[in-house]
Amino acid sequence: MELTFFIAAAIAILATIMVVTQYNLIHALLYLVVSFLAISVVFFTLGAPFMAALEIIIYAGAIVVLIIFVIMMLNLTTEDIQHEKEWLQPRIWIGPAVLSFILLVELVYIFTIDTPANYRSTPVEAKAVGMSLFGPYVLGVQLSGMLLMAGIVGAYHLGRQKKKVIHRFLERTDA
Amino acid sequence: MTTLPMEYGLLLAGILFVIGLVSLLIRRNIIFMLISVEIMLNAAGLAFIVAGARWAQADGQVMFIFIVTMAAAEVSVGLALILQLYHNLKTLDSDAANLMYG
Repeated sequence: MELTFFIAAAIAILATIMVVTQYNLIHALLYLVVSFLAISVVFFTLGAPFMAALEIIIYAGAIVVLIIFVIMMLNLTTEDIQHEKEWLQPRIWIGPAVLSFILLVELVYIFTIDTPANYRSTPVEAKAVGMSLFGPYVLGVQLSGMLLMAGIVGAYHLGRQKKKVIHRFLERTDA
Repeated sequence: MTTLPMEYGLLLAGILFVIGLVSLLIRRNIIFMLISVEIMLNAAGLAFIVAGARWAQADGQVMFIFIVTMAAAEVSVGLALILQLYHNLKTLDSDAANLMYG
């Protein structure tokens, strides 16, 4: 398990360096997903399996997909088929694929040894986290709810475009 | 069962944080700057997880949940701001947004 931690840590650092040195956003996001997966394996070795799942679901799932959606909305210019074809060269995705494969081997190794004593530290299960979250930290949960509400309203208000009325019958005559 | 020394985890968190900070300072594409902020928040969460695993307490994981919540709210508002910037200035260069000359 010690070796698992070090390999995952090395992959995380390598993938993060690759993120910040890319020029193409999509390539950077591929490596960003690999970085999040590697940090998730690190969480697993540290005895936090629930946080590993949350890391994949929220970071690698929700946030990266959100950024990809925005990139798709912004890419309105001359992204032609030739450009699309050169994005699918094997040298683009072979790096993230190799790093992800190493992480997969590590994960299979963790599941096959299958003895909780092999955690590097005492695992803290999701039940203890939940008891602590809704026990002494319940005020923080409510503050998080207010923060998410403010985030939703703020994102809606900031992201709204100025409305264009297309139909002539619907045009405002007084404006 | 020996526990992993805490320094390795904290060192990993520190390296990731510094990579994110350097990227935030040297990049001018505003989406890359947002990604760098995500990397830094993730490194901070990793430090909390390491500390929670060191003392086998659930508090570190609770803090990580709060950090994830904050990161989700931050990235939604940040992406809305990026959409407005691109809609107004037709570029993703953050130096172009100096219309107030602040």
